[in-house]
Amino acid sequence: MTALSAGAPVAAPTRADIVRRQRLKKIALIVALVLGAGFPALPILWMLSSSFKTNGEIFEYPPRIITENFSFDAYQAILTDPEKLRFFFNSYFIAGSVTVLTLIVAVLAAYAFSRFQFPGKRIINVMVISVQAVPPITLLIPYFGLVVALGLYNTYPGLILTYMVFTLPYAIIMMTGYFNTLPKELDEAVKVDGGRPFTALWRVLVPVSVPGMVSVGVYTFMIAWNEYLFALTLTRTNDMRTVPIGIQLLMGQHAYEWNQMMAMSVLGSIPVLVLFLFFQRYFIGGMAAGAVKA
Amino acid sequence: MTATLTPEVEAADRQPTPPSSRVRLRRLWDRLTPFGFLSPTLILLIILMVTPIAMVVGYSLMDRVITAPESNFVGFENYVEVLTDPVFATAVKNTIYFAGVSVVAHFVLGMGFALMLNSPILSHRLKAVFRTIYILPWLFTIAIVAVLWRMLLSPNGIVNYLVTTFGFTESSVEWLSDPNLALHAVTFINIWSGYPFFMISLLAGLQGIPRDLYEAARIDRAGPIKQFLHVTLPQLKPIVISMALLDFIWTTQQFALIWMTTGGGPINRTEMVSTYTYKLAFATYDFSVASAAAVIVLVLSMVLAFFYVRHQKSRD
Repeated sequence: MTALSAGAPVAAPTRADIVRRQRLKKIALIVALVLGAGFPALPILWMLSSSFKTNGEIFEYPPRIITENFSFDAYQAILTDPEKLRFFFNSYFIAGSVTVLTLIVAVLAAYAFSRFQFPGKRIINVMVISVQAVPPITLLIPYFGLVVALGLYNTYPGLILTYMVFTLPYAIIMMTGYFNTLPKELDEAVKVDGGRPFTALWRVLVPVSVPGMVSVGVYTFMIAWNEYLFALTLTRTNDMRTVPIGIQLLMGQHAYEWNQMMAMSVLGSIPVLVLFLFFQRYFIGGMAAGAVKA
Repeated sequence: MTATLTPEVEAADRQPTPPSSRVRLRRLWDRLTPFGFLSPTLILLIILMVTPIAMVVGYSLMDRVITAPESNFVGFENYVEVLTDPVFATAVKNTIYFAGVSVVAHFVLGMGFALMLNSPILSHRLKAVFRTIYILPWLFTIAIVAVLWRMLLSPNGIVNYLVTTFGFTESSVEWLSDPNLALHAVTFINIWSGYPFFMISLLAGLQGIPRDLYEAARIDRAGPIKQFLHVTLPQLKPIVISMALLDFIWTTQQFALIWMTTGGGPINRTEMVSTYTYKLAFATYDFSVASAAAVIVLVLSMVLAFFYVRHQKSRD
């Protein structure tokens, strides 16, 4: 009997065995995660490192992460050039305007979708969803004609309006989803007191929907900040260009100033990174909701 | 205030008929209310979606639009020109490869990382740190991604340093200008920048799977692989299908990445339907033929969108 149990320890693993197995599993998992993290992180680390080098050191053999000439020169070159600062101002202004306008229009539309029954609701809903699938390249040629005809070529409103086509559908779908999670009794109470539907929306639903509006806002800002095709086609002069186009211009201008391009890339990524770090929870919730429910 | 009130008072005095008309007006008003809330959206959609699509369809049936003051109806001539252009066929083929491979890789990477990040063994804080790192590529503007990878993949870049140092190749590789490699290279860049979107959705999906399903599987002596195949995958199937369709639609529309890395070259090896259409319009100024290409792209996208919407509806 004793001989048997000693010969087959596998049959009854002790507590210590289980703990050890768990710990091994955990270490293996962390090693895998660290190795896997190289895939997303190393290129970005290299971007950061290159932005502190002189242009001559970018392609030196053998490559080093930190060189003796570590400096902020590339950043200084970007931040003291009024033309490049203008790219940043344009991007902030356009993305900010798109975000505010999208939120207003989307909240109004979402209220209609969430709280009313009306003829054509399904059709309008399907239209909003399918707008997401219309390729930007299809709209580019008529937008070009339309924007020129309306005198909006090379202006802020031209870009802001066109961007809203791509931010609205997602914003409406998400806000509708958010309103649907709020009990109807909330706004019914306002109507019983004789308030108009708009009062119910503005005084009751909007204040409790801040988390939903934050995720929509962050996502909208990101789409507008990242837009490239329309920014490229619907503007002409450098004072109207946004950051993504500015980076491309930097590539064409002189011999490649890689360190400046990397510095501008880092600076151009900061707004989205900051938004992400501050609103991570809303952000991930929004992304997931978009995929799970949209 | 009083002026507006008087008719109401009068109406109330003349008892029998007026209330019904007032009620009717009230009902009409109520019925119009939702459209009031929708009006900004509807106006924007009409100006920026319906009108442009009508315009581009119109352009596609005419010749010399935009560039010349007069243009004539030419029927489907522009469509014939696009559909018989071998470069367009190449662009379609490249787009399908680019999007297809990207979607599969996004799914595989996204799923792998999501499974690791969802493990109950790790503390919440550690998971949050890794999750942030794994999301990073998705937070960078595609224009920045393009410039970054042009630097990494340049003939003297770090990637070439690594492949030559570790002896994979003798001399440095022209990743983005070698006709046999360029399409794979841009696809790889797209995989790098796009997998986090899949990962996050799958992570949310994983957290939504009821625990008792795994318990039941464990009682049936299912190992980790069997649990993945028989519990995780079937539970995530609806999310995976909608993500894959959405990702495929978006990837086929990718323009900035191609435009800023290869511009469609070398010799059309990375030409996509988006760059093909763009060049027709803004490099050769043939807006009529470009419009025909744009409409064809629209129709193809709508076919994909139809499947997407139908899939979404079936989930409701």
